[in-house]
Amino acid sequence: MTDLSVANSASAAAFDVEAVRRDFPILSQQVNGKPLVYLDNGASAQKPVAVLDAMDRYYREMHSNVHRGAHTLGDRATAAFEGARETVRQFLNAGSTREIIWTRGTTEAINVVANGLAPRLNAGDEILVSHMEHHANIVPWQMVAERTGAKVVPIQVTPEGELDLDSFNSLLNDRTRILAITHVSNVLGTINPVAPLIAQAKKRGILTLVDGAQAVPHFQPDVQALGCDFYVFSSHKLFGPTGIGVLYGKAQLLEEMPPYQGGGEMIERVSFERTTWNVLPYKFEAGTPAIAEAVGLGAAIDYLNSLDRGAMESAEKALLERANQLVETVPGMEIIGTAANQVPVMSFKIAGLHPSDIGTLLDQQGIAIRTGHHCAMPLMDFYGVPGTARASFAFYNTLDEVDKLFTGLQKIQRLFA
Amino acid sequence: MTASKEDFLNNPLGTKTTLEDVLDAFEFLDDWEERYAYIIDLGKQLPAFPDDARTEENYVHGCQSQVWLIHHYDEASGKLYLLIDSDAMIVRGLAAIILVALNGKSPRELLTTDIDELFEQLDLFRHISPTRGNGLRAMVGKIRDLAAAEASGV
Ligand SMILES: Cc1ncc(COP(=O)(O)O)c(C=O)c1O
Repeated sequence: MTDLSVANSASAAAFDVEAVRRDFPILSQQVNGKPLVYLDNGASAQKPVAVLDAMDRYYREMHSNVHRGAHTLGDRATAAFEGARETVRQFLNAGSTREIIWTRGTTEAINVVANGLAPRLNAGDEILVSHMEHHANIVPWQMVAERTGAKVVPIQVTPEGELDLDSFNSLLNDRTRILAITHVSNVLGTINPVAPLIAQAKKRGILTLVDGAQAVPHFQPDVQALGCDFYVFSSHKLFGPTGIGVLYGKAQLLEEMPPYQGGGEMIERVSFERTTWNVLPYKFEAGTPAIAEAVGLGAAIDYLNSLDRGAMESAEKALLERANQLVETVPGMEIIGTAANQVPVMSFKIAGLHPSDIGTLLDQQGIAIRTGHHCAMPLMDFYGVPGTARASFAFYNTLDEVDKLFTGLQKIQRLFA
Repeated sequence: MTASKEDFLNNPLGTKTTLEDVLDAFEFLDDWEERYAYIIDLGKQLPAFPDDARTEENYVHGCQSQVWLIHHYDEASGKLYLLIDSDAMIVRGLAAIILVALNGKSPRELLTTDIDELFEQLDLFRHISPTRGNGLRAMVGKIRDLAAAEASGV
């Protein structure tokens, strides 16, 4: 144990946040006359130069359509595009690139799965989600439930913001067909113990999807160790470009699922008598894909791999610890979500202040946070709040920025005093 | 509590507190803290809003804070009177500025008032931009619709 903590503090010291920040040009600007403090990483993270350069280089040197051209540029573009797929495969530790489907993001990935599993659902079947899901992991299931007569059932959350495991156990039953659950809550920062839940679901033949949108920016999942059937995430929260995301699915299930959209690229052969689907992963990638974005995502993952992830995680932990220590310096401030296991995401309210007041006045000080319902209205209802203010940190944030957030909040309180 | 005609006529914003007052005050505010302290104070001048008027019909669909707006058209003077409520302090203050500019005017006068220009002048323009999602744009739109309806005698 002692050795571990020594190793941790040594790697925390080794993590040079100032050097890392220089890789993110957008961070070194002034907003409203103050140095930008970007604490809205949960909504979308910033991009390192490596990503910008990779996309720029792609367009300057290799752009053309993929998988088609009988020419050199086509080969280059295809190699870069498929290389990025391999990078993602390694990142998730998936068994094969056939299991890595490009989507527009988490939302589209969940829609592909919900649509693909619809033929397996009958009236009365149950889809288990949780009360802390993002709307992206609720609404697609509701739409499928509407079509099939299935029901969407939420697992309860405890007041601390953890999944209520008793609720999970009592809701599992013979009608449960799908468990779709977030790895990390975008509002609370809670890291859910998805592995044991998946194991339990599997014993009953229940299919499992994990929404990794808020997990991957903070730690690297291993889909084979988790044992989930599907794992989804968005590039833009993982320091990559917008417009692309990933659906990991077990090959056998993907084979059995109907395609999501029809068109070019996803077919093997088309005739008016009979059209057959292309092989995986292309069956789910109708039309010309977001090639430069895929390359950009690959570059983002390469960039992350070049950093010391252990050191990064300790540095992030230190940010959250500092923030938690400073809460008492702002009278009336209350943290929403105090789970034992969290990524550095902090939702809060301050007595007498509306979250939008907090957001507006922090913005005046160059501090960007998110306020509102965070696309998690059922969770807002659970906590009885119209919304929260949320500071979500990334590894490039500094302890000084945490301090600035709290100085900013103290200033706001004085304004209302 | 239901709003009476007096509640509308007694609203100080746009009557006792005038646009000139606000513009003058802004001249002397140096930094964002003073500006927003003043805006928050203005919000405190919003008269009490009748509980039973917090209905879906009077709700202004913004994004984050809740905003309600009711009106009274005074036939005798030909002027339109407004009451606004919100649960967010800054939105209340910005609503007060809107009222200072638009409350107690004839519909025609009201329709020719350029709110964007006013907010630009006060360096608050970003608040009125549609992307802010604070409902201000919707609030102004609703007031203009009311004025247009009265002006055309609907
Ligand atoms: C947990 C979670 N799931 C899904 C999404 C949706 O991601 P996207 O909008 O990139 O599809 C988000 C984004 O906020 C999220 O935080």
